[in-house]
Amino acid sequence: MPPSEQGSGAGIAARGAPGAETDVGAAIAHDSAERHVRGSAAYVDDIREPAGTLHVAPGYAEATCGRLRSVDLDAVRRAPGVVAVLLASDIPGANECSPSLGGDPVLADSEILFHGQVVFAVAAASRRDARRAARLARIDVEEGAPAVDVEAGVHSGRQILPPYEFRCGTPRDAIAASPRIHEGTLRIGGQEHFYLEGQAALAIPEEAGEMYLHSSTQHPSDVQRLVARMLDVPLARVVCECRRMGGGFGGKESQAAQWACLAALAAHVTGRPAKVCLDRDDDMIMTGKRHDFRVAYRFGTDDEGRLTGVDVDFDARCGCSADLSLGVVDRTMFHADNAYYYPHARIHTRRVRTDTVSNTAFRGFGGPQGMLIAERMMDEIAIRLRLDPLTVRKRNLYGPGRDITPYGMRVRDNIAPRLIRTLERDCDYARRRRDIARYNAKAAHLRKGISLTPVKFGIAFTLKHLNQTGALVHLLTDGSIQVNHGGTEMGQGLHTKVAQVVSGEFGVEAARVRITATQTDKVPNTGPTAASSGTDLNAMAALRAARTIRSRLVALAARLYQVDRADITFGGGQVNTGRRSVPLAELARLAFTERVSLSSTGFYATPKITWDRDTATGRPFLYFAYGAACTEVTVDTMTGEMRVDRVDLLHDVGRSLNPAIDIGQIEGGFVQGMGWLTTEELVFDARGRLMTHAPSTYKIPACSDVPADFRVALWESRGNREPTVHRSKAVGEPPLMLALSVFSAITHAIATLAPGRVPPLDAPATPEAILRAVEALRD
Amino acid sequence: MPRTCIRFLRRGEVVELRDVEPDETLLEYLRLREGSMGTKEGCAEGDCGACTVVLGRRDGDRVRYEPVNACIYLLGMVDGRELVTVEDLSAPGEALHPVQAALIDHHGSQCGFCTPGFVMSLFALYHQGRAADRAGVNDWLAGNLCRCTGYRPIADAALASCTGRADDAFSRRSARTAAALASVDGEDDLFVGDEERFFAAPRSAASLSDLYLRHPDATLVTGATDVALWITKQLRRLPRVIHLGRVRELLRIDREGATLVLGAAVSYADAEEALGAVHPDIAEVLRRLGSKQIRAAGSVGGNVANGSPIGDTPPPLIALGAELELRRGDEVRRLALEDFFVDYGRQDRRPGEFVSRLFVPRLEPGQHFSCHKISKRFDQDISALLGAFRLSVSAGRVVDARIAFGGMAATPRRALRCEAALTGLRLRSPEAWRPAQDALDRDFRPIDDMRASATYRAGVAKALLAKALLEAGGTPRSETRVVGAEAERA
Repeated sequence: MPPSEQGSGAGIAARGAPGAETDVGAAIAHDSAERHVRGSAAYVDDIREPAGTLHVAPGYAEATCGRLRSVDLDAVRRAPGVVAVLLASDIPGANECSPSLGGDPVLADSEILFHGQVVFAVAAASRRDARRAARLARIDVEEGAPAVDVEAGVHSGRQILPPYEFRCGTPRDAIAASPRIHEGTLRIGGQEHFYLEGQAALAIPEEAGEMYLHSSTQHPSDVQRLVARMLDVPLARVVCECRRMGGGFGGKESQAAQWACLAALAAHVTGRPAKVCLDRDDDMIMTGKRHDFRVAYRFGTDDEGRLTGVDVDFDARCGCSADLSLGVVDRTMFHADNAYYYPHARIHTRRVRTDTVSNTAFRGFGGPQGMLIAERMMDEIAIRLRLDPLTVRKRNLYGPGRDITPYGMRVRDNIAPRLIRTLERDCDYARRRRDIARYNAKAAHLRKGISLTPVKFGIAFTLKHLNQTGALVHLLTDGSIQVNHGGTEMGQGLHTKVAQVVSGEFGVEAARVRITATQTDKVPNTGPTAASSGTDLNAMAALRAARTIRSRLVALAARLYQVDRADITFGGGQVNTGRRSVPLAELARLAFTERVSLSSTGFYATPKITWDRDTATGRPFLYFAYGAACTEVTVDTMTGEMRVDRVDLLHDVGRSLNPAIDIGQIEGGFVQGMGWLTTEELVFDARGRLMTHAPSTYKIPACSDVPADFRVALWESRGNREPTVHRSKAVGEPPLMLALSVFSAITHAIATLAPGRVPPLDAPATPEAILRAVEALRD
Repeated sequence: MPRTCIRFLRRGEVVELRDVEPDETLLEYLRLREGSMGTKEGCAEGDCGACTVVLGRRDGDRVRYEPVNACIYLLGMVDGRELVTVEDLSAPGEALHPVQAALIDHHGSQCGFCTPGFVMSLFALYHQGRAADRAGVNDWLAGNLCRCTGYRPIADAALASCTGRADDAFSRRSARTAAALASVDGEDDLFVGDEERFFAAPRSAASLSDLYLRHPDATLVTGATDVALWITKQLRRLPRVIHLGRVRELLRIDREGATLVLGAAVSYADAEEALGAVHPDIAEVLRRLGSKQIRAAGSVGGNVANGSPIGDTPPPLIALGAELELRRGDEVRRLALEDFFVDYGRQDRRPGEFVSRLFVPRLEPGQHFSCHKISKRFDQDISALLGAFRLSVSAGRVVDARIAFGGMAATPRRALRCEAALTGLRLRSPEAWRPAQDALDRDFRPIDDMRASATYRAGVAKALLAKALLEAGGTPRSETRVVGAEAERA
């Protein structure tokens, strides 16, 4: 961090509690809340279509993998309303929509890599016409035998990327020398994002070969780059705009590009605006999901249940291409320790190629799968040693002298022990655990379980160059403020927080700040809005831009009013010069007449991170976000049905920029994680076709799945020890992993059937998976 | 002469449409014709609720508001109703509706895409005339999926705003709206289109049977909650559609002695009270069937006529000994419900014949009844299997059993071997239940699919039988169920 910025965090701290005079730290509503409830918030498909807009539908083969022999599109072309049919050969530039490593064609050209891969696209006058026509193709494929699941992928010997490993100490020796040795396997299911707004893009061809895109994307810069490369035009000819997404969750980080490319290709070929809005089933079949895993683990403990050494092999199903699997599976490794100290560890990963859709980013980005193994080990220790699992967890936490992660980073901000103790007390863990034991002693068919699990989640993109962004702030002559930044709004409240931070700099209400749609021609060369980093990066960049303008205003006011710069403050919509107060609007008008610029860019790059993947050394994260959850469940041991009875969450957001938004992220993340671990099951058939490709068969949590007794609190933090924006912490992903407590509580409910034996429960814990684990204990 | 345009009330005005495609959905009308973009398409199959709109229907001099999924509601079916969408609750720049304001106050929206649907479900709840509790809110919102919030703030907004005292523009003009609806919803038959392509909604059983005899290839719909997916997902054209939702005789709920007589077009919502009174487990089955949106549109008659092996109402109706009435022209016949289901996708229904009524007998003293539905998610999920049990018990022994399962075979079907094996069984001797449980393996050869494996289905069917026997023997439901235990009978 440059010296001039060193004081940013400290300066805010000196100003006293955030929110004292401004909206910073206030629980204000989402900046689009009123438009959400009125139905006037526009998503891509709601934008008024330019005259002549075509609708584009993708077409795919019935075959699940193999070489393309022929594509007969005669019937498609003859279908009513069809204007154009697009094939790979229509692409003027690169037929590629991969985020980095290649292997993701926009349109298949010689091979079908997975069931649902787009082979052609139809542009027609109406969406129904396009969709109907897209089903009329005859695609002949020399069909191969697909490797569908991770075992088949391992068996076929194809890995999409080389294996990667963290190793510290001498894990195998340490385990061998341990008084107790445990081993097991765990299957972890994937997850469909199920953003409510499906993938969507509208491409509008403009003059000089320019293409303007409205895209529901977490990564407008990458949409710009990929569309430009596909059309073989300079990036300067393509602009991508994203007003908002109807949910992203990682599913629109790399996966949005293909649909923007298809819309742009149709617009390029026909010269007319073209729109792609995926049908839900197509969306679920054609876009990547959370990686599913097969994990084998072996570990040793002492007699008190303290880990001595850990040896884990993760096999991740990456699907047919690399997509983001390098970073995703790395993060599995970074979080395979969760909040626990592994004195000796080997954490090994294989990125397995299968003939299925390429798995991708999903909230937590591989981290949840890594952490589930850590929690499985804790449960296993407790069950085998007949200890309270919370005791085992506490014994294994990072602590003084036990603070180096398996990847060599020192844990400096460890609040997990205190946070866990607080939640343990507040949720009355000990008494409830005793009550549950009494209930279970008498229960014939139903069993209860309770579990309290921690979360420690590293904040920063582990790919260092992504940790940068820009912002553009305009103060206008009526005192209103326009802000643009590199982040995208997908519901997480990023725009609201950025507006709050900027409003704090100018001493106005957040409502005076208008965040305009994310546009690549306003703030260029950005990374994706991902890795929970949206606010950390963009609010800081916007803050810097705002400070630049503010310092110009201070200089102007000091000159005009002959006061000392240090005496000038901003608050209540006024600029207070010590002698008199001037409305901000008035000072802005004066600045304009005095020819002082009221616009500034801001740039921010995360400091202190030094991770080098090749040598597996350095510091990957700026800090950790912490949390803990306690969940109580009831399991029906006859059918495997399960009900969540009570949930208590305590989560660390540093000093909250907006408690309402933060709590929304915590609750929503928890419930999404709970869905991943319970009702959400992706089922592929033997040929590699996704069978659960609609909400009728793929079940995300509904309202009644959330217990009425759901208690959520923010950790009373003195602020992030790192100089983040107003000492806040990232909150997008970490709470998802609070849901590990649900899985662990189910494990414990089942384990009461056969004390000392570990239920072989796989994720997701569907009724069938639970019953399987129950029956295994009864054998 | 039948009426040749559909007519509905919209923002206080009567809308008349002559150009109605038989397979045009309400959502297409709103977004493509009206340009009302507040109503969203999330799934186009009635599962996510992002497209929820509210239909008002006349109930005496008041209006009853019910949520439906616009994505799978046919435009023609709006005839005679008031159509309310998210844009109508408050004009731009004017005060928000109480449910909208509550959603903002409780931070109930994040990405906002599902929000209009939630607003409309809450709007319907707001007009229910009774204060919502959390369980009731769960039911009302079961058909609205939110991927961002985790629902808690939305449920809180519902509890805060849906207090049972409606006071909004709609409640204030309720009498006027009811009067307007009375004039919109006439006693005439409706026929829009020509003999090749039409949407028809006859008003009487006689008109219906004439029309259907003339067009036995027409598609019959009541709520179209299943048929509409042929349109939105299979992209089929349905050139001739006959809507049963206006047929007077088919909308009646009567009693013949102890028997409940249900017209085939009575919606689940309207049937809930009468059927639920037969046994609380049936109320629970209906509560978990689809969602408020689905239950406001779909019908028990449709669920039966459709013949799906995983329909939720046939197993309990079969276990109760329900009968079915079919009509073709003037010819009427009656058969046991289980005999209607011939094979997968095949029912005992001749061309031009339609299901007209259901006869549901009441439980006799000494008969224990229970229903168990198994699904991955409790609410708004399709059953992996559903078992319904009617056990006649005398002196601690089963003297007669009627058992039916859904999800275990190509049709909803009775477990005849199991029933036989149960006769004479002592409820207090679980060790003696085994033969009856094993008989289920001879009754059914369930399949593997994405909802459950064959092994799971076969095993859980036995577990459900055990539960039924436990409950008949007096084990409280709180010890045998994780949900639905509230349905305990005093």
